[in-house]
Amino acid sequence: MLSKPFFGYTQPKFQYELLSTKLPRPAITTQPATVTLLLPREMGPNPSPILKPGVKVRTGQRLTWDENPGPAVVSSVTGTITGISAHLGDYGRKFTAIAIAVDPKDDWDKQFAETRGDLTLQALTAHLTGAPGAPPLETIANATRPIETIVIYGGDTDLLVDTNLYVLKSQTAAIEQGIKTLKKVTGVERIIMMVPGDSFQNFDGHFGADVRAVPNSYPQGQPLMIYYRLFGRILEQGQTFEGQGVVFMRAEAVASIGKAVTDGRVPMEKIVTVVDKQGQKKVFAARIGTPVGNLLKAMNITLADRDRLIFGGPMTGTAVYSEELPVLPDTDAILVQDSHDVVLSSDYPCINCGECVRICPANVGVNVLVRYLEAGQYQEGANLYDLYSCVECGLCSLVCVARIPILQYIKLAKFELAREVPAEEENE
Amino acid sequence: MNSQNKLLVSHAPFWHIGTAVPARHYNTIIAALPAILMGLSVFGVPALAVMSMSIASAIGWELIYTKIAKRPNTLGDGHAVMIGTIFGMLLPATLPWWAVVTGTFVAIFIGKQIFGGIGSNPFNPAVLALAIISISWKNHLDFDAQLVHFNFDFNAAHPLVALKAFGPEVVQGYSLTQLFLGQQVGGIGSTCGLALIIGGLYLIIRGFVRWEIPFAFILGLFITATLFHMAAPERFAGPMFHLLTGYTLIGAFFLATEDATSPVYPLPMLLYGALGGIMTILIRNIGSYPDGIIYAILVINLINPLVDKIRPKAIGKVA
Repeated sequence: MLSKPFFGYTQPKFQYELLSTKLPRPAITTQPATVTLLLPREMGPNPSPILKPGVKVRTGQRLTWDENPGPAVVSSVTGTITGISAHLGDYGRKFTAIAIAVDPKDDWDKQFAETRGDLTLQALTAHLTGAPGAPPLETIANATRPIETIVIYGGDTDLLVDTNLYVLKSQTAAIEQGIKTLKKVTGVERIIMMVPGDSFQNFDGHFGADVRAVPNSYPQGQPLMIYYRLFGRILEQGQTFEGQGVVFMRAEAVASIGKAVTDGRVPMEKIVTVVDKQGQKKVFAARIGTPVGNLLKAMNITLADRDRLIFGGPMTGTAVYSEELPVLPDTDAILVQDSHDVVLSSDYPCINCGECVRICPANVGVNVLVRYLEAGQYQEGANLYDLYSCVECGLCSLVCVARIPILQYIKLAKFELAREVPAEEENE
Repeated sequence: MNSQNKLLVSHAPFWHIGTAVPARHYNTIIAALPAILMGLSVFGVPALAVMSMSIASAIGWELIYTKIAKRPNTLGDGHAVMIGTIFGMLLPATLPWWAVVTGTFVAIFIGKQIFGGIGSNPFNPAVLALAIISISWKNHLDFDAQLVHFNFDFNAAHPLVALKAFGPEVVQGYSLTQLFLGQQVGGIGSTCGLALIIGGLYLIIRGFVRWEIPFAFILGLFITATLFHMAAPERFAGPMFHLLTGYTLIGAFFLATEDATSPVYPLPMLLYGALGGIMTILIRNIGSYPDGIIYAILVINLINPLVDKIRPKAIGKVA
């Protein structure tokens, strides 16, 4: 999909793609026959009577595993539950998959509309965590330290993706309403809206938020990079954004909140950018839970063996194993890669060419860091070679001559180190 | 939720720019070809034999090592071929076959593999091998003695040896243009400055070599030689003579820039190159060896890990 030009002295540079001023209308997909919702908890004993095959659910109805407080998912369709199963996500996250056979006509649940009168963070959290853009309301509600800043990014963090910029440009009123609501229910006064540099003039002063510009080159839109740009800090070992009093939000999530408040209904249409094997793309509005295969069919994309199906963009997305997997609240893009374009990584040793070091936007000493990480010496890598300065943009893996999976090593190291920390943090 | 198709699953990023290790090595060999062809045209068939022996034996040793060590076969990455080529370029055209084979053994086994293979070698394998065999068999590496039966239509005394023995007056006997065009005695692939510069520029433009190292190397050598020459013109030759003789240009473009043994940050690259140039002139002018490149490069290989610690602060770091 990419090839190095003959003259290789200059480093590759990527610009985020910016939508033209004439916004395309999103292609609406036909109602899927079944949707799959992912309840973010593993299956347990005593499921609630609603979570049984054969039970009817309404659009917007809140589904939980049992009566105890816990994560919920909101049904995006009206229909009959056909199956409940365990589902394992990325990095070992456990879900309960709820399959629903869809009725053609929506029957809206009234529960959210009733709570609209006096909106509380709890009420919003209960209904909106699974809304398009996955608003991190639960994080705000449960943070051990009060959230001081909400950062909304109006662009897309990865390349090729148009979703959030599209929402920013086409749903400005909903975003404004969303910001107003967020301020009211969370009590967070400082809301920073980051927009791609060239759109800055269009949005400054429109949102009731502090609007800042982000340079249009990759990876300036990555949350870790934005965090550094805003606060001059990085996340040190064991730290999380919410632990630092900061929450990141997609523009689409804010628009969802705004729309929910205006309409009295939880929005169900997720904006998704679908990119085919040739790089042609189209913006879709699909019900959350729609099997990805439906969108591919709408784009006339056929998958073959050894192709890659990716949720998210080419630099930070997640490859998935099946076109039956549902569109999730945070699925901004679906990227299909032909098997001929797949370049596999290798276990070849680092030859110290220095390409990674020269492209790293965070000045990490990648060439030595990766040697520590390959040897499993994660803590040494963090202490001596700036593991935590990494913003996880993937440019090092992109240019690695030896095709070492550098970003994978870095994410693994952070994951492994993070597993050791929570116990200490909880004792604080 | 299983698919009919067996999709490929892996972690991000899903793009790769398409570069690969073998391409790097093969391009270095391509860049070396002009210099080798010039060497073959000057030294003839014996040079071809030495080059062939060097490349073939390097491949052979690599194969033997991977078999003994039960490592995956790494011949395809072109590193052994590259080491054999570069090593061959440094040798006199009449070196006996057993010395060539010993040299490549040192390069592949001692220079590279016992340290863990490609990317882990602390010294440039070809340079280390030449250093060892030139200490072991001094006469066989004496260019004047080795090429005594050749008939050249140019001044057939090794310029640096002549300089060492008779002082800077001998410089008058050499034309700089002739030296630049490869009309001098020396290693098979290291005499023709023009061809080496063409190869070096090719590597720089293609991005296989960073300009900082050759630039700093030549600049360091040039300035140091100028200073010596200005201080005592009757004892030390001028900078152009040093630049165009011996292993200078192959050192700047092909030896000092070897990936594993050279720094990756701009300032360290400049320091590393400049130090190599300065060391070369120090050895040539006040040391006991006529050509100091080989030892200068071993010395800068040694300081590489040290200078490469001079790196920009990663974001968010205060200390």
